[in-house]
Amino acid sequence: MRGKWWVVLGLLVLGVGVALGQEFPRQETLYISGAAWGPPTDWNPFITWSKANTSGTVGLIYEPLFFYDPLKDTLIPWLAEYGQWKTDQLFEVKLREGLTWQDGKPLTAADVVFTFELGKKYSTIYYSPMWDYLASVVNVGDYYVEFSFKRKPLYQEFVNNLYNIAIVPKHIWETRTEEEITSGANANPIGSGSYKYFAHGPDRNVYIRNEEWWGIKLLGLKPAPKYIVEIRFATNNLALGALLKGEIDLSNNFLPGIATLAKLGYVKTYLPEPPYMLSANTAVLFLNTTKKPLNDPAFRKALAYAINVDAIIERAFAGLVAKASPTALLPHLAKYVDDELVAQLGFTYDPAKAKAILAVAGYKDIDGDGLVEAPDGSKIYLEVTCPFGWTDWMEAIRVISESAQAAGINVVHRYPDYGAWNTALVTGTFDMTLNNWASLSNTPWTVYNLLFNHPIRDVMGSGNFGRYNNPEVFALVDELAATPPWDAEGVKAVCAKIQEILLTDLPMIPLWYNGLWAQYVEFTWTNFPGAYGGRPHWLPCTWAGYWQMGGFHTLCELKPAQ
Amino acid sequence: MQRYLAQKLTIYILTFFLAVTIDWIIPRFMPGNPVQTMLSRAALRAEAVEVMRGYYLRAFGLDVPVWQQYLNFWKAVFHGDLGVSVYLFPKPVIRVIAEAIPYTLAILVPAIVLSWIAGNKFGAFAARRRWLDNTVLPLGYFLTATPYMWLGILLAWGFGVGLGWFPIAGGYSFAMTPHLSWKFVLDLLWHWFLPFVSLFLVMFGGWAIGMRNMIIYELEADYVQYLESLGAPRKLIRRYAFRNAVLPQITGLALQIGTIAAGAVVTETVFSYPGIGKLLVEAIQNQDYFLIQGCFLFIIIGVLLANLIVDIAYLIVDPRTRRGMVGEI
Repeated sequence: MRGKWWVVLGLLVLGVGVALGQEFPRQETLYISGAAWGPPTDWNPFITWSKANTSGTVGLIYEPLFFYDPLKDTLIPWLAEYGQWKTDQLFEVKLREGLTWQDGKPLTAADVVFTFELGKKYSTIYYSPMWDYLASVVNVGDYYVEFSFKRKPLYQEFVNNLYNIAIVPKHIWETRTEEEITSGANANPIGSGSYKYFAHGPDRNVYIRNEEWWGIKLLGLKPAPKYIVEIRFATNNLALGALLKGEIDLSNNFLPGIATLAKLGYVKTYLPEPPYMLSANTAVLFLNTTKKPLNDPAFRKALAYAINVDAIIERAFAGLVAKASPTALLPHLAKYVDDELVAQLGFTYDPAKAKAILAVAGYKDIDGDGLVEAPDGSKIYLEVTCPFGWTDWMEAIRVISESAQAAGINVVHRYPDYGAWNTALVTGTFDMTLNNWASLSNTPWTVYNLLFNHPIRDVMGSGNFGRYNNPEVFALVDELAATPPWDAEGVKAVCAKIQEILLTDLPMIPLWYNGLWAQYVEFTWTNFPGAYGGRPHWLPCTWAGYWQMGGFHTLCELKPAQ
Repeated sequence: MQRYLAQKLTIYILTFFLAVTIDWIIPRFMPGNPVQTMLSRAALRAEAVEVMRGYYLRAFGLDVPVWQQYLNFWKAVFHGDLGVSVYLFPKPVIRVIAEAIPYTLAILVPAIVLSWIAGNKFGAFAARRRWLDNTVLPLGYFLTATPYMWLGILLAWGFGVGLGWFPIAGGYSFAMTPHLSWKFVLDLLWHWFLPFVSLFLVMFGGWAIGMRNMIIYELEADYVQYLESLGAPRKLIRRYAFRNAVLPQITGLALQIGTIAAGAVVTETVFSYPGIGKLLVEAIQNQDYFLIQGCFLFIIIGVLLANLIVDIAYLIVDPRTRRGMVGEI
């Protein structure tokens, strides 16, 4: 008798299991990879550094007021129907009518006000520095929000925040404590977006389409995949294998061999020819300007002429990246580059010229070892570093040290652990190191804020690692930040002044554009973005912060293969 | 017997205390600062970084002198609080580990137990059988000398990439979410197989060789020759020899458990199997003091517990230990 009960119970459990169990139908699922570096732990849009691991939190689940399209350099009204500067210290946003949260409640101006005021209430919210210049954010009725400013705002930062700050529902967040808001996991997130949280595991995130999403009606957009499964592969080889087998559809990993595979037609990329990838950020060689001889502009200039960037592109990246503008600006911001200045002051690889500059500045090879000594006769020894395991950068700094040696400058490459590298970087104990922490954005201020971050502190955590101290350029960066977005000429003029200082003094050397790594196979889904053959023009990217810069629109363009 | 156990327990407690202390100290010798590393992942304005650094140093309890951090650590451990992971912020370490432990135990326990039993049986069987001794045992030497990682890579390459019979990464398929169904259980087993086999094979080789050598040694012993001269059946003799030979194998197991745990770490990494070992490697790479401490705490507890079990097993298996400790000899 008892045996029978066990059988019944077992069948029951199994039945329930099958009912709850989930396997995603391949035809309705988009498999992606390349965003996460660790297991998913939170869906809190206010914890910014972990968002790579749940990259859909902002853009898919929660949404900002605007999206931004870097390819056209335009803001796309999203939750907002439009935004306008009523005066130069009053910005008005009109929300769309009919916005809803995923729990069915309406999204109104009160939610927007609540979200921005969190930054005023809690200094640990990442956008709280906005309140230095923000006087108030108030709603006028359900659909209008007015941002008024104490003084001229940092327009560039403000606009950047408009498409990065995710609006959260007041009715859910207002009862939470400061700790829950600033560092809570926010499991089971309720946003306003086109996808809902569905499941997660240590190596994956699963999102499911929100069939009630407001945008289906108001924007006429509907993303094609019902499920999105984002996978974190332990190594890039695994990602490459899975991509070629069609187990994943879109990979945003850096895969060195892609140029060959793209040429043979195994994978698709955004550009049909080298460098195959769009550019995502500028890799800059920071020089420690507090150390001899790097405190000498002539020496820095010689170094810039000595580095063989083409060899870096070939050897480290197999042709997947493009040489950077000496002004460090990404191609989509090229309109802010002063071309005349670049023609006059820009540097290129020219070892002979490097040697000539060194000779004029008094750097001579005294002991006959083929390497120059400083004008005071002391030996030169410089280390160029990057974190161990970043294989492309490791190869790149090997090229840097080799080409510097060839020009007679004693530079050696070293690969410390990430922690040690990071400490040396922010405390300023390194000699020369690579960094690319300015993300793709709507404004040249982002990269110049990285290069000329100020004031100089004991710990330089977010830029100007070489501690280049020049009040003139600091003032210019502040001026750039406060230049209104409608004044393109003004932005260009300030940029030109900054570029002149950058190119004359060379406190750091912009080298190449790191790519927006994206490769796709079209076994299950077709019509991925591309600059050819009638493909849609969007950034095919699923990294954190990129869903609202083209990633989401990529989903809307996809078509089933059959 | 009680004295024997009391002695062992004292040693274990002392070992536990020292090992945990060392594992608390070592990560703090690493260059770098976990909070800085974490913050550098969020591109922020300098003002925001300053505020957040202070906030998180306090939140992680890293703003007090080192000796006080150490005392706080023990206080928290006895309250069952292992802190919050930096790398997996804001998840408590104890929950991170709880999710990983089943995977580690699932490959480790069966691999240890089965390889020990099978290895001993096979070694005893192979001893003094010329054709086996000449063919299979060299393979045993080869297996036991193979680093865990190398065998793992070979298996992944052969059965995963080459033949395509098994997956090469993960705890379960990307197309599934965990739930109770035959399909999912089979999927779990399918992913479990290669990591398990690679641990099993290396250990199997070691035990087989150990047993084979012990049996040969025992078969030369006086009591065996005496039994032989009495005309006892060969089967009986081998059984006696086996029981004697198994004792050093038990001691060997106790000695090996630490090495086996280390083997599990690399095996999990090779197969990106979501257990404690893989977690530990990631914690070290991300300088997550609290997660490193937590992982080691569980590894230490696991190794000590396993040793304790072996000690107790020894008491049961070898009557001499029991008698010896109550002073009858």
